[in-house]
Amino acid sequence: MIVEKIFDVQDLSYQVGDKEILKRISVEIEKGKYITVVGPSGSGKSTFMRILASMISQTSGKVLFNGKTVDSYEPTEYRQRVSYAFQQPTLFGKTVRDNLMFPFEVRNEEFDESKVKQYLKMVNLDESYLDKSVNDVSGGEKQRIALLRNLIFPPEVLITDEVTAGLDVENKNIVHSMLNEFNQRGLTILRVTHDESEIEASQDKITIKNGEVVDNV
Amino acid sequence: MSNLTVSNSTLMLGFVLVIVALVIGYIEKLHIDKDIIIGVVRAIIQLSIVGYVLKFVIKADDIWLTLACFIIIVINASYNAGKRGNGIPKAFQSSLLAIFVGTTITLGTLVFTGSIKFVPEQIVPVTGMIASNIMVAIGLCYRNMKQTFSDRHQQILEKLALGADIKLASLDILRDSIKSGMQPTIDSIKTLGLVSLPGMMSGLIFAGVDPVKAIKYQIMVTFMLLASTSIGSIISCYLGYRQFFNERKQLKNELIS
Repeated sequence: MIVEKIFDVQDLSYQVGDKEILKRISVEIEKGKYITVVGPSGSGKSTFMRILASMISQTSGKVLFNGKTVDSYEPTEYRQRVSYAFQQPTLFGKTVRDNLMFPFEVRNEEFDESKVKQYLKMVNLDESYLDKSVNDVSGGEKQRIALLRNLIFPPEVLITDEVTAGLDVENKNIVHSMLNEFNQRGLTILRVTHDESEIEASQDKITIKNGEVVDNV
Repeated sequence: MSNLTVSNSTLMLGFVLVIVALVIGYIEKLHIDKDIIIGVVRAIIQLSIVGYVLKFVIKADDIWLTLACFIIIVINASYNAGKRGNGIPKAFQSSLLAIFVGTTITLGTLVFTGSIKFVPEQIVPVTGMIASNIMVAIGLCYRNMKQTFSDRHQQILEKLALGADIKLASLDILRDSIKSGMQPTIDSIKTLGLVSLPGMMSGLIFAGVDPVKAIKYQIMVTFMLLASTSIGSIISCYLGYRQFFNERKQLKNELIS
């Protein structure tokens, strides 16, 4: 079987001043995988993920996405295909609707309310949430809504940076089942986590320590 | 015109007002005596020079000399507005374009509609009024932009991560910054005549012009300042926000405090 690489990272380094945060990382990521990136705090995991998402650029080395360097893609088009979800997201505007409208605005498309309502159901939120004030949603709900912003137009890769940190078990389970479902539909997921149960449940892992990949299973 | 009675001797007597400020500073231990003295000396020297230069320009009544004054005022205002950019790249160039376009359009409209004549005694002071107003507006725009980019950088990162273009990601900041540049002009318009009798109108009344006629000039100045601050704010903000991103449409960390 031919393995299709979605990312091919070659000799990737990232430096801030004299400090080397990532040191010549080389790793390949297969299409459709659900990979957990682990390692101690400050090891460079988030920096690695942000480079993959083109939120920052590497100091040297290159990242190939579907065989082409990330720099050869138009940045906004690339980030619609490789979406990044933050640990503590902020909600935009006044209502949940403003947030779920945003991906449509990005693509200059008309807001599809019925589609959005279906997605809300997927994360156990009923349609009344659409007009809820962003100040009236809990931390767990906020994270679910934020993830929906990433997934309403499914990207090819979703990068999540500790998105379940601080969530209760119920919220974690909702997020897990949503991400599993998308992964089964073909979405490649790269997640950073410190959660022991998530790490244990992972089949594919990349371990980063002191800016280097020490284990790639 | 006989009402204008300021002479060198009356000015000397008026200096007593500076002493009032110095005494207050001394009693309250504000340590601002040096600043006050430097400020007063600079004001006297600068205004005296400008007075003689204006006298020469008005007497010469030469189109090129008038245009030279226009350019000097615009460049000077742009330099000062650029300094208020506080680290925003190309702040001077953006300010120059904003002030040049804002001043030219406003001044051009005034001349074209016959509100003022293309003579140095009208063009030079009106250019100064317009350019300084845009300069202040740009300073406010830049300050607001820098602050809100820092305050809301997480939100911008999230919008970029969702594939938004830099304009969509910064749209709220852009609108707030343009508004912050225009707001003082809008606020001052609301209280015109009720709280303040602005410079142009006061000057004309001082010079013995009928207050009703002076009001007409002030209304014209109001229109002029409203137009110029909106043009200046929009241009400087639209050029300014781009500087917060690099060519890969990533937020520049060095500009976020």
